[in-house]
Parts: sequence; C-alpha cells; structure tokens
Amino acid sequence: MARFLQKELEKMKKMILSLGTIVEERVHMAIKAIETKNADIAARIIQSDHEIDEMEVEVEEECLKILALHQPVAVDLRFLIAVIKINNDLERIGDQAVNIAERVDILAKSKVHDVFFDYSQMAQKAETMLKNSLDAFVNLDIDLAFEILAMDDEVDNIKHEAYDLIKEEMKKQPDCIGYLINLLLISRHLERLADHATNIAEEVIYLIEGDIVRHGKALTD
Amino acid sequence: MDADLKMSVKQLNFFYDKFKALENISLDFYAGHVTALIGPSGCGKSTFLRCLNRMNDLIPKSRVEGKILLDNEDIYDCAVNVATLRSRIGMVFQKPNPFPKTIFENVAYGLRVNGIKDKTLIADRVTESLNQAALWDEVKDRIYDSALELSGGQQQRLCIARALAIKPEVILMDEPASALDPIATQKIEELIHQLKKMFTIIIVTHNMQQAARVSDITAFFYMGKLIETDKTDTLFTRPKLKQTEDYITGRFG
Ligand SMILES: Nc1ncnc2c1ncn2[C@@H]1O[C@H](COP(=O)(O)OP(=O)(O)O)[C@@H](O)[C@H]1O
Ligand SMILES: [Mg+2]
Repeated sequence: MARFLQKELEKMKKMILSLGTIVEERVHMAIKAIETKNADIAARIIQSDHEIDEMEVEVEEECLKILALHQPVAVDLRFLIAVIKINNDLERIGDQAVNIAERVDILAKSKVHDVFFDYSQMAQKAETMLKNSLDAFVNLDIDLAFEILAMDDEVDNIKHEAYDLIKEEMKKQPDCIGYLINLLLISRHLERLADHATNIAEEVIYLIEGDIVRHGKALTD
Repeated sequence: MDADLKMSVKQLNFFYDKFKALENISLDFYAGHVTALIGPSGCGKSTFLRCLNRMNDLIPKSRVEGKILLDNEDIYDCAVNVATLRSRIGMVFQKPNPFPKTIFENVAYGLRVNGIKDKTLIADRVTESLNQAALWDEVKDRIYDSALELSGGQQQRLCIARALAIKPEVILMDEPASALDPIATQKIEELIHQLKKMFTIIIVTHNMQQAARVSDITAFFYMGKLIETDKTDTLFTRPKLKQTEDYITGRFG
C-alpha cells in the first residue's frame, strides 16, 4: 500500500518537472523575444500556451486522485500540497510568458526603434530564479530556496528603475507613449514571473521545514 | 489545558511476568478531548488501555509500576475500590459483546450490578443511554427483543449505551469499529464526536485515518514505548520524529 503511494508520488514528481521544463523553455523564449523584439518567437509562445494549461489540469487531476485514494499524511501530504501549488505557479509563469509575448508583438510592429530600457539583467535574474526554484525542489535544497527569496528584492529594484526611466522618457517623448507603456508592462510581467518563482521557493521551504529541519531539531533536544 | 486534566499517567511500566510490555509511559488525558492511541499491533496499546481501569489486575504474574492518577488520585492506591473505579472508567471492546438478553436488560445490567433497584430510574437511564448512544430511534419499538437480533453496528452502539448507563467519567474504547462496515463505523465515529463533550475518551485504533478523524490528541506507541504525542492535526501533518513519520506514512519495515 505504502510502496504503491511512493510510486504515485514519484510519478507526480516527474510530471511536475516536465511541466517545469516546458515552462522554463517558454520563459527562455520570452526573454529572447524581448532581446530581439522578435514577433515570430512571440507568436510561437502565444500559440503553444494551451500545452501548459493542459498539463496543469492533468497534474491537478492526478494529485486529487492520489489524495482521494491514498489519503497521504505528513511528508507525503506536504509533498503533494507543494506539487499542487507549484503546478499553479508554473501555469501562471507560462501566462506571464504569454503576456510578455503580447507586449513584444506590439513593440515589434511599432515604428519606434529606440531601446530606452535594457531588460537583460532583470530577465536573467527572473530566469535564474525559476531555474533555481525547480532545482531547490528536486534536491530539497533549502539554502538555494532562501537565495531565491533574496533575489526577488533585486528584481523588484530593477522594476523601480525601469519605472523611473520610462516615466522620464514619456515626458520627453509624448508621441511614443503607447510604445513606452508596453515597454513598461514588460517589467511588470517579469516581476510577476519572479514572484511565482519565489512562491515555488517558499513551497520548497515549507516542504522541507516540516521535515528535515524539524527532525534535526527534535532529535537534538 | 491543566484545568481540564482528567487522568495522568506517570512513568508507567507494565510486566507480563518477566516481559516488560510497557516502558516508562507518561501521558495526560484531558476532559472533553478524545485521545487516540496508535501503533503497530503488539506495541502495547491494549495493555496500556487496560492499565487505565485496572483490567490487567486479573492477569496472573502481571505487575504495574508508576502512577495513574484519576482526578489527582492514584487508581492503584490500595484504598481504591476497583468496582467503583470501573464505574467511573467504562470500557468498550473491539467485538460487540452484548449479553443474550433483551436490549433493555443489556443497558440496565450495569445499573443493577451497581445496586440500583428503582424501576423508573432504571427505565429512564436506559432511554437516556440509548439516546446518547444514537440508538434509541432504531430500537425504541423493540427494546424487549433480544440484543442478538441487532446488526453489528447496532450491537456496538448498544455496548456503548451499556457503558454510558452507569455514567462514567472516562470511556476507554479498544478498536471499537474494527469489526464494523464503513457506515456503521461512521456512526460510531460521529457518536464519539458527540460524546466527547461529556466524557474523557481514550480510543485505541489501528486505523490511522480514524485516529485522524476522531481524536484531538494522538499518541504513537512502538514496542512498549510512547514515541510521540501531539495534537492530532500536528502529528499527521508535521510529526517531530522520523519514527512517527515512517509509521504514519506506511514506510515501516
Ligand atoms: N495476557 C498476556 N500475557 C502475556 N503477554 C501478553 C498478554 N497480552 C498481551 N501480551 C503481549 O504484550 C505485548 C502488547 O500486546 P497488546 O497490548 O495486546 O498490543 P496491541 O494492543 O498494541 O496490539 C505483545 O507482545 C503481546 O504479545
Ligand atoms: Mg490491541
């Protein structure tokens, strides 16, 4: 009975990680699209989002099935709850990639060609946070999870920079305002993306803290 | 929580002759709470439960060390009258064990044993107990029929009514639903939920989901020792010890 449950949980881990891989790939594409203002890449992101949505539903259904049939407790329960939440965050990250793609599509079709703000640093950080959050989950690495929480502040700071800079440009170039609003929204989407990666890191901390950290404490006192 | 402390077990050891079945158990029980005792079979749950109302006294060569306080008085004190003690601490067993008598007589039995003769009092108490045991509506038209005609689940609730009739303060239940189907089990669980307002309930169960459903506090026993005890919701989500986690998640052995 228990070994049966372990197999099901292993399967869940594989499913959520393959969703993670696809989402990482979409985020990578979104960042490429920003860098190169490439409408083709943007279109591909938008067209393929349904794959992520379908996988999310599948993961959730599997989790519900396991909950109903095996009624897991303790670490198994925390794991499953973590999967359900991470699943949701991954799907939302996929949505942010789509949002970015929609902005890029507008920017690419615009006559304005100035760069105004370089998102490469912010994008890099958000991408690293996503990658690390999934690594932290796979390896139950609590230190890495905490690093992600710290990185989230850096991303927020860059967002503020973008806001100030783009606001100045709006004053200088009122005829580019539509373009600049879209550019500004990219910072919003990247920030949300990083927030979801942070959520994943928090899930990993919860998963571990109820487990190894507590056990360590309980056994030493 | 101290105000509600009903029973307190202190450094209890129990021996079947040379075999030490319980080792250094300390555990408190609170009024208005259900405490579940879980653990693999043979770990000493039933032995422990039987210590709580001195049912083990009858076992030859058995020996108890330590203290068990009921309202702050040691139940193993030589001044304690065991019959009185058992009227304060009732017990329900795994297999329903009604007597081959009428439903009425089964419930009245404990009252008669305790010397109550007043017929109206007995009749009132029977009705009240059957009501408390959520059985009255099902049997009110046939309380003079044989108890053996009842279903297994009804028989178990009858045994609970029998225990309730003498107005105990503590009720011990040793796997009370393990011989019952899911619907009868659910009725017993709902009943436990009702009864805990009035009694201190201690239940042994090998069914962990049942412990999780019915109890406020869970105590995990293993090989005669109390390994971990905590609020039930904490124990089933974040147990502190690896051994507990391995047991409740089925990773044992
Ligand atoms: N009457 C008895 N005489 C000797 N040993 C007993 C007796 N009853 C139980 N035991 C032993 O004590 C241990 C605990 O048994 P028990 O309390 O019935 O466990 P549980 O209820 O957890 O299954 C077991 O090893 C069992 O074999
Ligand atoms: Mg037993």
